[in-house]
Amino acid sequence: MKATIIVTLKPTVLDPQGITIQRCVQSMGLPEVTDIRQGKYFDVQLADNTPPERRKELIQRLAKDVLTNPVIEEFRIDWDQKS
Amino acid sequence: MKFGVVIFPGSNCDHDCYYAIHSVVGRPVEFIWHQETSVKGFDAIVLPGGFAYGDYLRTGALAKFSPVMQAVKSFADKGGLVIGICNGFQILTESGLLPGALMRNSNMKYICKFLEIRTAATDTPFTNSLSEGQVLNIPIGHGEGNYFADVDTLKELEDNRQVAFRYVENPNGSVHDIAGIVNKGRNVLGMMPHPDRSSEKLLGSTDGKLIFESMVQALAGRAR
Repeated sequence: MKATIIVTLKPTVLDPQGITIQRCVQSMGLPEVTDIRQGKYFDVQLADNTPPERRKELIQRLAKDVLTNPVIEEFRIDWDQKS
Repeated sequence: MKFGVVIFPGSNCDHDCYYAIHSVVGRPVEFIWHQETSVKGFDAIVLPGGFAYGDYLRTGALAKFSPVMQAVKSFADKGGLVIGICNGFQILTESGLLPGALMRNSNMKYICKFLEIRTAATDTPFTNSLSEGQVLNIPIGHGEGNYFADVDTLKELEDNRQVAFRYVENPNGSVHDIAGIVNKGRNVLGMMPHPDRSSEKLLGSTDGKLIFESMVQALAGRAR
């Protein structure tokens, strides 16, 4: 069982890295790109015998307590449908 | 009166702090390895600068899981003095001992230089030897010192006079020019500038020493 956790800065938080990338892209000649926000993702593998309700709780906890800083970041979870 | 300097894997100002307290301020100090589960016998804890856990995940984020941090938390909850310098400040915000977060500098650069900070609160155990508005000449060395907190938290910080130091010229984009804050109980200080690198004339400034001396004075007052 696999879950992907995507962490991004809250929309209200300035993202200097995203701004820098966007500016560089402008000089590449891609004026259509008006905004870039940078984030990170984590692929998390769970033991096959993890009960479904435990999976959800565990991934939520991992995302909330470890992988994001709630002051500046938010997250979403993509479950791998194949597994 | 004994100071403890915590060493995380990746700390690199641990010896600077030890030296400043031991050899410049002249007080007993011992290192505390991050796997320790107790800080018994210590009167003040220093979380030094560096790159704990290589700054992996987020600066300070993994250090909060070191066993010693549970002990530091209970120590702080009971009113013990805790100072976090640079990476130590980042660890304190990630651990929830101080509000807010430290983000990438607004100019995206690692900044290493001497600058000036202004004392904003003198009624703390870390600033009692300073006068209101006193300007300190002190170095910074960080890539992620851009202090951020939401509007409500900032209002609370200002209302409670928890901002200890402000930059005279903001180098990194910090809200309200914040260089250092204390918690509500005023016994935990986090600051990006380095008092450990400015406690001796040879290093270009002795202003940082005033912060360690304030702690000594506060602890001596408690002991009486």
